[in-house]
Amino acid sequence: MTHEIGLQIRGGTKVYPGTRALKGVDFDLRMGAVNVLVGENGAGKSTMMKVIAGVEQLTEGQILMDGQPVHLGGTDDARRHGIGIVFQELNMFPNMTVAENIFINREITRGRIDIDTAAQREATRGLMRRLEHDIDPDTLVGDLRVGQQQIIEIAKSLAQDARILILDEPTSALSAAEVEILFRVIADLKKQGVGIVYISHRLEELIRIGDYITVLRDGAITGARSMEGVDVGWIVRAMIGEASKDFAKEIDHPYGAEVFHAEDVTLPRPGGGMAVDHVSMSLRAGEILGVYGLMGAGRSEFLECVIGRHPHAGGRMFVDGKLLKTRTVSGRIRSGIALIPEDRKNDGLVQILSIRENMTLSSLGAFTTGFHMNLGAERGTVRDFVKRLTVKIASMENPVSSLSGGNQQKVVIGKALMTKPKVLLMDEPSRGIDIGAKAEVFRTMRKLAAEGLGIVFVTSDMEELMALSDRIIVMSNGRVTGEFDRKDATETLVIAASAKGHAPTPVKEPAA
Amino acid sequence: MTHAATTPAPQAGSANLLLVLLKARTFIALILVFAFFAFAAPNFLSTANMVIMSKHVALNAFLAIGMTFVIISGGIDLSVGSIVGLCGMVAGWLVLYGIDLGLGWSIQFNTVEICLIVMVVGVLIGAVNAFLITKLNVAPFIATLGTLYVCRGAAMLFSDGRTFPNLNGNPEYGSDTFRLIGAGDVLGLPISIWMLIVVALIAAYIARRTPLGRYMYAVGGNERGAALSGVKVNRIKFFVYMFSGLCAALVGLIVSSQLVASHPATGQAFELNAIAAAVLGGTSMSGGRGRIGGTIVGAFVIGVLSDGLVMMGVSSFWQTVIKGLVIIAAVVVDQAQQKLQARVALQAEAAGK
Ligand SMILES: Nc1ncnc2c1ncn2[C@@H]1O[C@H](COP(=O)(O)OP(=O)(O)OP(=O)(O)O)[C@@H](O)[C@H]1O
Ligand SMILES: [Mg+2]
Repeated sequence: MTHEIGLQIRGGTKVYPGTRALKGVDFDLRMGAVNVLVGENGAGKSTMMKVIAGVEQLTEGQILMDGQPVHLGGTDDARRHGIGIVFQELNMFPNMTVAENIFINREITRGRIDIDTAAQREATRGLMRRLEHDIDPDTLVGDLRVGQQQIIEIAKSLAQDARILILDEPTSALSAAEVEILFRVIADLKKQGVGIVYISHRLEELIRIGDYITVLRDGAITGARSMEGVDVGWIVRAMIGEASKDFAKEIDHPYGAEVFHAEDVTLPRPGGGMAVDHVSMSLRAGEILGVYGLMGAGRSEFLECVIGRHPHAGGRMFVDGKLLKTRTVSGRIRSGIALIPEDRKNDGLVQILSIRENMTLSSLGAFTTGFHMNLGAERGTVRDFVKRLTVKIASMENPVSSLSGGNQQKVVIGKALMTKPKVLLMDEPSRGIDIGAKAEVFRTMRKLAAEGLGIVFVTSDMEELMALSDRIIVMSNGRVTGEFDRKDATETLVIAASAKGHAPTPVKEPAA
Repeated sequence: MTHAATTPAPQAGSANLLLVLLKARTFIALILVFAFFAFAAPNFLSTANMVIMSKHVALNAFLAIGMTFVIISGGIDLSVGSIVGLCGMVAGWLVLYGIDLGLGWSIQFNTVEICLIVMVVGVLIGAVNAFLITKLNVAPFIATLGTLYVCRGAAMLFSDGRTFPNLNGNPEYGSDTFRLIGAGDVLGLPISIWMLIVVALIAAYIARRTPLGRYMYAVGGNERGAALSGVKVNRIKFFVYMFSGLCAALVGLIVSSQLVASHPATGQAFELNAIAAAVLGGTSMSGGRGRIGGTIVGAFVIGVLSDGLVMMGVSSFWQTVIKGLVIIAAVVVDQAQQKLQARVALQAEAAGK
């Protein structure tokens, strides 16, 4: 079956200060099919999509739709041409409701003046049914977790009835069940003839959903073909030039004494009920503890309680057997806990500061004698971490917002590691980073564990969970519903535990 | 319009020169304003006028330095003008009456003690601002607007709205040196300028080379993110408002010493000049961006402009209009230069390969 080409880029070049993000790319977007896009962090995937969505303009080259050159000077231009996009970073108004966010700038009105809230609410409910999520249209978006916000972003793009739909890493915070639902929606859209671009670093997903694949490397297209006969090995070779997909190597090392212990941690939900419901866990030095669960299971909230973000959280915590008395984040960091937060844009980074200033923000003490900061030592350490984590940067003085999504994530990881923690909490640490960097991050995690660090990591990626954890804890509805040793854990067991306390059909899933 | 960038790439050298010029634009503006008045206003370049002018600039520059810190950390401090007034009154009271304990005799202070007490008053008012903002969650604009009124009213209450005249001090108590703060000079420079140099250097050092300064920028850039990185956000806010209060107290001391009198209405609208200087110097009102050096240059632009206009005999109504226009123009140019700078950098980049 062939698909007609709905949009083309010819000779597209995009220059940013300090980088050429695209170097004369030719890209064909086919209608009624899923066009997947892969490449390392900073390869230029998001840039190419932003050009199509009218957010950025090409420095050179042109965009053709149905053979005619078009000018996409802004998102409204793109929308007129039927192009919709879900950006890699969330773009939501936390102070507005779900319905208001979905219809922002496209409000349903009576006589162009009066907003018809009832109609918007109804339409939102329809979209939520389609995405099989039970999120109330009147919830404030700021009260939702990152994964749920991603669902809202997807709903927002669906509401446009776009002819071309771009999804830039839409699933980075979704777990298996939610990805399934999205794939069903995508299949529907395909049948209606919508051309879809799908970007992800989860290669298995790409193979399942894709019809055509385009590989980007350093701003140039190094391969474009139909998906037939493509496997993970091929993608990795095309992406980084070697076939290694070397996940965590088993460095077997003995565990040390218990380094962290949490007892009866509770956190009330704003709307009533418990977000974290009497969770206890213990962690030994050198152990990697994987925490799995569906969206809204309370995993991230638990980590946030540990780092001290919620002053009204209940329960007791111990590091090295000593009860933590401090309730502040800085106190907890000093006691040896570090967190890599889930929402890097709002929690992890200060966008307008430079890469260097972001990386060292939690560990300035190490470069300071008295009042005086040693900027030379700071630069040296940053250079070292940039190399270790293979962050792709033009200069460490550039604002962190000029980095690609995955490279921003690496900066956040670097920041946490710089505090030399005893207990490292990682919330979706591999969110948005490419396979080479993922391997690097996992190798680093293993190495740190071997050096005696205790690691708790939350993930929605089953493969990652199985490959990396020494022990697995499954949460559901704020409670621990399963605990497995790596030897005994199977996907079925884990998924069964994660569904405990949920009604059989996900539609009836209680609202978060 | 799908255009290929065919603009001939400028020579790398000239592009670099243009970038340098753009970056130094506030400074260039200062030189232009200066040169203009040197021609247009007689006696503008006389030493006497330079000294007077720099004294005027210094007053605004103190407040602008404190304001820059507050704005960098994402806040605003409207109360500085009133703190100047109140601190001036406190200084005047201490010089004239000391503290009356109601036992038939009063405690008198020497100049150093008076200065310290006044500075403590300024810092405490700053602490009240910070308390309102951090612990009671009042928006900075509202909290400092409140203290603006309270301090102004308190200053009036001190003297029932009258002026404290003749603050000559008393040699017996060691307070006769009070006048030197405003009138004395060391090595040919007025003492208030020396004070400004010291405060500016300390502030620039704090901003660039201490964790405290770094945290200020982080809090202004993303308060939530900074808190999750372990920055003690409240402490930083306390510091910036207390520092701003301290700067205002210094101005209160200098003004009352210069005039040898303190008037409760002193300092009205000073906060607006301070904000203007900070913004002219490139501080971003949305927080996270700004430099002490820029602020100082901004204060000079405003100061030179208003003094020059006075010397040219422009009516004070027109002075106000012109000052407003210059502020708007400066910000417009700032925006334009950022775009231009990006474009020049891009062209250099595109030409480079
Ligand atoms: N606003 C910007 N200013 C300067 N450079 C930028 C800007 N946006 C992107 N870049 C650079 O362009 C290059 C391509 O970035 P892009 O976001 O397209 O990567 P990506 O392929 O989407 O990567 P990821 O998988 O990490 O999301 C990167 O080197 C990045 O640093
Ligand atoms: Mg991207």
